[in-house]
Amino acid sequence: MSFAKLAEAFADDSIRVLAAALDREHAVELAGDLLVSSGRVTPEYTQQMVEVFETHGPYFVIAPGIAIAHAKPSNAVISTGLSLVTLAEPVVFGNAANDPVRLVVGMCALDHDSHLEMLAELAAILGDSDAVNIMLNAGDTEQIRSLF
Amino acid sequence: MKIIAVCGMGIGTSVLLKMNAEKVLAQLGIDATVEATDMKTARASSDAQVILTTPDLAQLMDGLKPEIITIDHFFDLEEITKKLSASLL
Repeated sequence: MSFAKLAEAFADDSIRVLAAALDREHAVELAGDLLVSSGRVTPEYTQQMVEVFETHGPYFVIAPGIAIAHAKPSNAVISTGLSLVTLAEPVVFGNAANDPVRLVVGMCALDHDSHLEMLAELAAILGDSDAVNIMLNAGDTEQIRSLF
Repeated sequence: MKIIAVCGMGIGTSVLLKMNAEKVLAQLGIDATVEATDMKTARASSDAQVILTTPDLAQLMDGLKPEIITIDHFFDLEEITKKLSASLL
């Protein structure tokens, strides 16, 4: 299976492995920073991601160890895309069912529907436990890219 | 039947949930439409029979008319199948 939309969505410098996160906000910021470094958003967007966390809580930890962090479409979004960071040490987000988090996916979208094919591929790859294990154990970003 | 998948903003996690719920509903042969939406829209949505969401967000929607089904693991089609069929079949 190949994931053409994911290969597109993860721009250069959008993936980082084994990052050290101080706490859950920092883990979200790391995913946001990768959206910034890969040219998808302005730094303001990262702040918006953290604000979403503060407003809505850790509901976005939607599978064991996996968080999907994002904010709304806004002027801070340059183009639709994804980022991904694996954490060297798992971080507790406060989500009873799925803590602790080891993988944070950052997402930004220009509008409500241009990113649906990208999300369909994201659902497929995150639903594949072998692929998720490869991500979690990756020692470099190429091992993750090879999945797309 | 109308089902709404609900998350904080209606564009990320709820869309992932909608996609997997649609797969499961098709397999179960249940005729339903699934819309991804944010919490604000969900609160005003009077024509939905079922709300699909996370346990955290379900607490914030307590008291709404539609039946609320919570999903822990959005990519676990077995969990979604089990909970949807227990409630809808």
